[in-house]
Amino acid sequence: MAEISKDVMTDIYYWLKLTRTIEDRVTILYRQGKIQGGAWTSHGMEAISVGYAFALDKDDIICPYFRDMGAFLVRGVTPKRIFAQYLGRKTGVTGGKEGNVHVGDLSLGIIGFPSHLTDNYPVATGVALSFKMRGEKRVVAACTGDGGTSRGDFHEAMNFASVRKLPVVFFCNNNQYAYSTPLRFQMAIKDVSQRAIAYGIPGETIDGNDILSVYSAAKRAYQRARDGEGPSFIECKTMRMHGHSEFDAAKYVPKELLEEWKKKDPVINYEKYLTEKKIVTSEKLAEIDKRIKSEIEEAVEFAEKSPYPEGKDALEGVYKV
Amino acid sequence: MKEISYIEAISEALMEEMERDKNVFILGEDVGVYGGAFRVTEGFYEKFGEWRVLDTPLSESGFTGAAIGAALMGMRPVVEMQFADFISCAFDQIVNVAAKNYYRWGGATPIVIRAPFGGNVHGGSFHSQCPEAWFFHCPGLKIVAPSMPYDAKGLLKAAIRDDNPVIYLEHKYLYRRIKENIPEDDFIVPIGKADIKREGRDITIITYGAMVHTALEAAKLLEEKGIDMEVLDLRTLLPLDKEAIFSSVKKTNKAMILHEATKTGGIGAEVASIISEEMFDYLDGPIIRITAPDTPVPYSPPMEEFYIPKVSDVIKAAEKLAAY
Repeated sequence: MAEISKDVMTDIYYWLKLTRTIEDRVTILYRQGKIQGGAWTSHGMEAISVGYAFALDKDDIICPYFRDMGAFLVRGVTPKRIFAQYLGRKTGVTGGKEGNVHVGDLSLGIIGFPSHLTDNYPVATGVALSFKMRGEKRVVAACTGDGGTSRGDFHEAMNFASVRKLPVVFFCNNNQYAYSTPLRFQMAIKDVSQRAIAYGIPGETIDGNDILSVYSAAKRAYQRARDGEGPSFIECKTMRMHGHSEFDAAKYVPKELLEEWKKKDPVINYEKYLTEKKIVTSEKLAEIDKRIKSEIEEAVEFAEKSPYPEGKDALEGVYKV
Repeated sequence: MKEISYIEAISEALMEEMERDKNVFILGEDVGVYGGAFRVTEGFYEKFGEWRVLDTPLSESGFTGAAIGAALMGMRPVVEMQFADFISCAFDQIVNVAAKNYYRWGGATPIVIRAPFGGNVHGGSFHSQCPEAWFFHCPGLKIVAPSMPYDAKGLLKAAIRDDNPVIYLEHKYLYRRIKENIPEDDFIVPIGKADIKREGRDITIITYGAMVHTALEAAKLLEEKGIDMEVLDLRTLLPLDKEAIFSSVKKTNKAMILHEATKTGGIGAEVASIISEEMFDYLDGPIIRITAPDTPVPYSPPMEEFYIPKVSDVIKAAEKLAAY
């Protein structure tokens, strides 16, 4: 594994902690009734989307899914736009047309996420196809969940990407539950990455709670794609530490499983790693935490003061004129 | 001017657009080496190569999704569904991804989905369907269905240049049966504009696709019976050209709708509704729908002949309406 610089490791901490702190705030806002509808977070899984997004270059593209808050942030969606989005305000990423992270912003290389999990895998193959047709050295990262790999679009995209050797890297957040359905009812294989074998795509299973593993595996796969060697599949094993959404108490998840995974918290462990290995001082980390806190306060205030769209704005933008 | 067939018009439009804009490319099943199941893209593979004429795996959802991704990156993909019937496999990508990208998050998605549709070719229930109503209910899509070579060429060019997803329904019965003299210069037929294919004073028949020809034949026979029928070819189904529909009904005060698709929840139901909502005062009689019955498309010739609306059905309906 190539050496990761101290600066990069410090930056990664910022994004990881920002993701955790923003989503903790999202949960509070939801419980306060300020976020309507639902709220889905990536608590305990943040390393995956921060890792795969941070390893990309600026011109690359992401096709994220709904537990990828970290990727949205790393690509440049500001906390202000995030909170305004969650609160349904005009200043949100979609101006109120959509909620949560159901957003895209091509100026930041983000393709919007459809709720139909894995719809974005085929879309990602098309993004990669355009790069290949135009001879561009760009790559695209797409993400889905373990449950999403059971859908036909998963199969169709993996197959097409492999046939045409497209520069796409497929990620899977394997958090062991698709809503309430455990993996054993989802597939009869041990690792999701085994699915890749059928397509002639290298599949890898990594510790999704170890940010540096995710970052390094992503870097390697992106390089392979840029070198014209085709797609890769990376399964990031993790655990969903809460319900499917804020309104799901997740009583179906055994307590012992959660206890076990609590020890593997990606944010706390990374913090420990940085300080114990004396890579970054705890003072420096505290400084970053402080900065995050104030950014979030400012963003929430901005969002709450932002106007709602008008009802009739719903009629705008069905077609591009 | 030169005479070309309906299928040649489609091929020419594709060829000219691919020559004009290097971002235009074709993907689908058997479109490359083989030249397409109906030979629309014959010779394209040789001319443009395997990266602009892509033979795809058998995966309608997968390659429609791929077209969407490429479109988001500035390409102009034209997807070929081998038969319109198979478009159902890509339904989710079309109605949830392509149709909503722009509204949800500003991602303009300029894809064209060509779909050979319609019956009268003894294709049975999976090679004869008219799927337009499935998509008609989906804001964000455009749907066109030409009846003549001029419209086929001009609408396909317009669809490729449009910044929105367009479903292009080409009637396979017309491919080699219909010819027309068309200009040799570059032209488009604007999406959203209907066309009067025959002027008339007594009744308006609103139709599209292969049924335009059924209506025209009926109009000729009705003339002998003293009924002057106007044939309005919608050409674009979504968005509907309300203005053209209303102005024709204002003139004739009598409206019929003719389509090959089944009746319930079809395009005709919508056209009848908007006429009734907005043109009620101008109507001298009921709005009549002539359509296929609510069944799958049957295979055996006597059943298929019974199923698809015929000239005699139009004449019967016109005589009934003319009596008001």
